[in-house]
Amino acid sequence: MKRHLNTLYVTTQGAYLFKDGETLAVKVEETVRLRLPIHTVAGVVCFGQVSVSPFLLGHCAENNVAVSFLTVNGKFLAKVQGPASGNVLLRRQQYRMADDTATCAATARFFLTGKLANARTVLLRALRDHGEKIDASAVRRVVDRLSQHLTGLEARSDLDALRGLEGDAAHAYYGVFDQLIVSCHEAFRFAGRNRRPPLDPVNCLLSFLYTLLAHDVRSALETTGLDPAVGFLHRDRPGRPGLALDMMEEFRPFFADRLALTLINLGRVRPKGFITAETGAVLMDEATRKEVLIAYQERKQDVVEHPFLREKMPLGLLFHMQATLFARYVRGDLDGYPPLLWK
Amino acid sequence: MFSEEALLPISALQHLLFCRRQCALIHIERAWAENVFTVQGGILHERAHEQGYESHDGIRVARAVSLRSLQLGLTGVADVVEFHPASDGLETAFPVEYKRGRPKAEACDTVQLCAQALCLEEMLGRPVPAGALFYGRTRRRLGVAFDAALRETTQAACQDLHAFIRAGLTPEAMYDSRCASCSMEGACLPRACGGKRSVRTYLRQALETP
Ligand code: SF4
Repeated sequence: MKRHLNTLYVTTQGAYLFKDGETLAVKVEETVRLRLPIHTVAGVVCFGQVSVSPFLLGHCAENNVAVSFLTVNGKFLAKVQGPASGNVLLRRQQYRMADDTATCAATARFFLTGKLANARTVLLRALRDHGEKIDASAVRRVVDRLSQHLTGLEARSDLDALRGLEGDAAHAYYGVFDQLIVSCHEAFRFAGRNRRPPLDPVNCLLSFLYTLLAHDVRSALETTGLDPAVGFLHRDRPGRPGLALDMMEEFRPFFADRLALTLINLGRVRPKGFITAETGAVLMDEATRKEVLIAYQERKQDVVEHPFLREKMPLGLLFHMQATLFARYVRGDLDGYPPLLWK
Repeated sequence: MFSEEALLPISALQHLLFCRRQCALIHIERAWAENVFTVQGGILHERAHEQGYESHDGIRVARAVSLRSLQLGLTGVADVVEFHPASDGLETAFPVEYKRGRPKAEACDTVQLCAQALCLEEMLGRPVPAGALFYGRTRRRLGVAFDAALRETTQAACQDLHAFIRAGLTPEAMYDSRCASCSMEGACLPRACGGKRSVRTYLRQALETP
């Protein structure tokens, strides 16, 4: 648990993954490019035309390594997972909590608190770092609005009212998100969130990062024995990982949004790395995608202090920590779920 | 008498005696159990190649011996069982359990060994009067006699274990010196879950000072 395992992202088209003894090997055009001992891998994510031998799949399942298949652009296709850890009591309790209206709303509130507080921190950081370059008063207004909503969350015990606050907060936050892009390039203007498909480079980048995040959060929940499909804020809809989406909320602002901003503002991604299809959908080229994946992996190595546990750990371990904390809350060991509040 | 369905792993006894919460996390919640068992499997493998003792003439050594007792409701695998020649011309089983560390103050290890002996008695229909623990750290072999007191302790621990698992409740964490050497610490979070840290306080404090 203490060791932090890595996710292997395979983006090279035509790559073939197979089992070689106890190692996972990656072959590209008849040459073995990579060999990893299976116990150092937490998960494998394949983008596009990447194939995996059945023996490696079996070996991964046995070692609790999930293998996911995504399209080149990061749309989820399928996942192969070994026998779920058999924590039936935990799952039952999770379902009971989700079925009880009051508990469900109280739980959703923890996730929303994390989301709103962290969104506020992202804005406060931007004010601190680039206060003179941006429309500071507009951003400050949204900060105040988020603060009000954070207080408002405590007074609401009805799920719809909570969602209403969230909707308004998200609208306000994305409304000033463009202000946080200080790289003056016109190509990186942001005029609101769209995702099906993303219609500009910033939305394309955000969508891709959210996909990576969703994958990591979901794997962490599965490993902990929770059911990623049964959520609180995001209610059941077949095929939708409700709890994974719930838990993603607190990570979005400081993990994905900040990373997108850094990539743009430091020029690590460039306008020409994005391609607009005939339909207007915007896609990343392969080099850009690779750059984003590298940045995402690097970010996971950064060491932070967990604000609730007060222990230092790599960011990548936070998914597992939050999943474990949620499990402990479900089992009644904690008086609530402590969202990760980023400062 | 237990049904085969209801058998519990012998190792659970040791977990129960070491820390009841650890036992619950592994055997009730199955939290990260695969890690524990992977690690145990690895250790077992190591041990099988460890030639820590001499096998004298006439002693037959069996490794990775499957065990069970319907009386106690246990199942498991003994690392090593020696078969010593007996005066009646047959053999007497003598379980030897390998431990990586050093002898412990608690009864965990002797109870586990005794449980193996009770399984062997039930399966072979012959008395198993003694066995040994081998400690990797000290490379010392410690003889254990399965006397009436140890048998009673072991039987009581089995009953306790079955009742404990049936109840399905995970006890509160108690942070103490054991936690540092506990494989379940990552899933247990003893410092946060012992009722010492409150999420409500954490949220209030964190949100007051943005
Ligand atoms: S960490 Fe401590 S309290 Fe938790 S299971 Fe291990 S020994 Fe028990």
